[in-house]
Amino acid sequence: MASSRMLDSDHLSAIAVWTAACLVGGFFLWLLSDIVWHGVAEISWEFLTTAPLNAGRDGGIGPILVSTALILLVCMVVALPIGLGTAILLAEFTTDESLFGRLIRRSLDVLAGVPSIIFGLFGNAFFSVTLGLGFSILSGGLTLACMVLPILIRSTEEGFRAVPTDYRLSAAALGLSRFTTLTHLLLPAAIPGLLVGFILSIGRAIAETAALIFTSGYVDRMPESLLDSGRALSIHIFDLSMNVPGGDAKAYASALVLISLLFAITTLSAWIADQWLHRRIIPV
Amino acid sequence: MNQPMDSTHRLPSWLRPPDGLPGHQPSPLIQTEKLSLAYGTQPAFDSVSLSINRGCITALVGPSGSGKTSFLTCLNRLTDLIPRCHVSGRVHLGELDVLSPKTDVLQLRRRVGMIFQKPNPFPLSIRKNLEFPLREHGMTDREHLDHLLLTTLQDVGLWAEVKDRLESPALALSGGQQQRLCMARALALSPEVLLMDEPCSALDPLSSGVVEDLITSLRGRYTVVIVTHNLAQARRIADDVALFWVQHGTGQLIEQGSSKQIFDHPQHELTAAYINGIRG
Amino acid sequence: MIWSRSTFLSPSNRDRLLVWTLRGAAGIAGLILLFIVAFLILEALPALRTLGLIRFVTDPSWHPGEEFYLMLPMMWGTLFATLGAVVLATPLGLLSALFCRWYAPKPIARTYRRFIELLGGIPSVVYGFWGLVVLVPMISRLHPPGPSLLAGIVILTIMILPTIALLADASLAKVPQEYIRGAAALGLGRWAIIRGVVIPAAKSGLFTGVILGTGRAIGETMAVLMVCGNVVQTPQSLFDPIRTLTANIALEMAYALGDHRSALFVSGLVLVGMILTLVSSAEWISRGRIYG
Repeated sequence: MASSRMLDSDHLSAIAVWTAACLVGGFFLWLLSDIVWHGVAEISWEFLTTAPLNAGRDGGIGPILVSTALILLVCMVVALPIGLGTAILLAEFTTDESLFGRLIRRSLDVLAGVPSIIFGLFGNAFFSVTLGLGFSILSGGLTLACMVLPILIRSTEEGFRAVPTDYRLSAAALGLSRFTTLTHLLLPAAIPGLLVGFILSIGRAIAETAALIFTSGYVDRMPESLLDSGRALSIHIFDLSMNVPGGDAKAYASALVLISLLFAITTLSAWIADQWLHRRIIPV
Repeated sequence: MNQPMDSTHRLPSWLRPPDGLPGHQPSPLIQTEKLSLAYGTQPAFDSVSLSINRGCITALVGPSGSGKTSFLTCLNRLTDLIPRCHVSGRVHLGELDVLSPKTDVLQLRRRVGMIFQKPNPFPLSIRKNLEFPLREHGMTDREHLDHLLLTTLQDVGLWAEVKDRLESPALALSGGQQQRLCMARALALSPEVLLMDEPCSALDPLSSGVVEDLITSLRGRYTVVIVTHNLAQARRIADDVALFWVQHGTGQLIEQGSSKQIFDHPQHELTAAYINGIRG
Repeated sequence: MIWSRSTFLSPSNRDRLLVWTLRGAAGIAGLILLFIVAFLILEALPALRTLGLIRFVTDPSWHPGEEFYLMLPMMWGTLFATLGAVVLATPLGLLSALFCRWYAPKPIARTYRRFIELLGGIPSVVYGFWGLVVLVPMISRLHPPGPSLLAGIVILTIMILPTIALLADASLAKVPQEYIRGAAALGLGRWAIIRGVVIPAAKSGLFTGVILGTGRAIGETMAVLMVCGNVVQTPQSLFDPIRTLTANIALEMAYALGDHRSALFVSGLVLVGMILTLVSSAEWISRGRIYG
């Protein structure tokens, strides 16, 4: 009696687990194949390089890709030095007890949970209005920089923490300054972590929409300077599907481009992390 | 102008032939007074007053956890890098007050080299491992660098083995070779003192023997403080021996004296028991 | 001996300079959060001063043109959508994690995990778009109008499922093998081991995943904006269109002026407040669990 009931619960649970997995997997395949199926027909060199026409129903996404790249550039140029500096401070120059370190860490943890629309509000109030940058690629990039800092800092810090303590001790025992130790030994060893953080941040930034609506704006012309408004790819998808009747075909194609970029990005970061693990294991 | 490394500490007056002159009175170079160290609230050793003689090899022996390695890290202020580590008491290196906040630790660590238990060359080429610290200490003269590279590698008996592959990664060397490279790296900075934390324990018996011979050859030219668990080794190489023991929950210095005295006429019953292999 | 010093800064001074530079960078990083909160408060202040907090819950409706600022329906919208998504995604996420660790053959488990990771990386605007062109028409056939609370819940479920599944998976992986062997040695079946040993041991990771997922659902903007219909009303059924706090900001910020703009910043503050409450109560609960 007891043993047969146990068998039953084993079977039932197995069924439940497999069903859930099939459901999730099936759903994912459905979504992906739908986008690939509808999007792939529209994609051509012309689509990637020409300007959108007729509110995006025709033409391509050339200027939009340029704006997206510029926003990412601004974002990373600003986020990298701040993020790298903070990560080094947290990993190498603060103990777990230091108040300053704890405050920074805490603040970053909370920042990581702040919804992107709030970053949008902040970016609009601070960069666009208070600093007078208006709706511009600069405002958008700066807003995204604030947003990606937690993830950038976290994985860079991991990179530094993965460097064996031996390096630090033996460098110190040779009377090397911490600056030298950092630039000659720790930084090269931590570069994979930095790279993973960098790529993840780009992934996060490129996927972002809500934070950009009121910071970098909607204008789909080719930007002439960083102070021009520029439409990011994700905003383009949003605008086509919500505000442009008959824009679905191009929206599908743009979504496919965005997903492909993200796929490339995650694959690259996984590959780097993998290589790094191998490299660390073999020589030791 | 601040002369980077004044040469006073390298005066030949304390140079002593390896066998030691009969009747020569050893003079202390390092002296600790009531030195204590705690990690957080956990004391590692307490109230150690020890003097270490110039040009001699001093072995620190005793069971694990009696604070020998911690003691070593106080002498070059490596403790600065350990979080929650608290040091009290005094350490004198010649005239220098080691623990004073005014002491330039980088200069201190150049005077006091250290060899770790596990060989820890940098992930660089063999040549870079030696040259990089030298360059950082301001030596850029190519000829001189090459000369130092040759002499220190010869000193540690590595030259013949690596002279054809100076550019290959140091991590590709065997454990014993890596440890000798680390010694060469420390010696290249011409320190006065060499701290060694069980330098042979991670090596196979053969390499261990080579490294041990190397340490013996340093006698007279450098002041060596070596932590070892190997009593036979201590007896073979040390001029002076200090025994640490865990008492009252913390490491303490039980007895110190010349190697002969400690091994042949131990004063303390713990020492006698330890060297006879009954305890520890 | 030639010891020359070429750098004009001594190494120790350079170290000091380095630390101060790093502290500067970290200071900026740490101040961003303060800046955000400060700006939200600053911009929300005019509305709070002229309208007062009470008007946001007592006004007859949300009609900024007529100076009515009732926020409650949108708070309900956010709450219902979030709750629905969490209720659906938690079991699915846990089952997915169990599938990866315990049921699937190795290659399938690896592929499946990669799938879930990818799912987590898909931009919300793509989910929104897909929901709009595929899901909403389907719901509309089932029960018009289509854009609805239900559509929002389904999309949010898929969006937070990866967070929950991956964190649950990571904590399942940390359950010591000895526990499992010990339980198996007692002759327990697979499900009994999972229920009795594995899930309790992995509880904290699961809990963290659910909290993070909830936070993500509350803050999600684009996807819900695209599939929920954006009618300001308290939903009576799953098929009613709703508008969430986040969607409201995204929709109206572009043209809002004066008190209206300020009121949107008030709703931003409410959102941040919700997230902070969530995170700190989660911390409080898990701390109680550790010491209790």
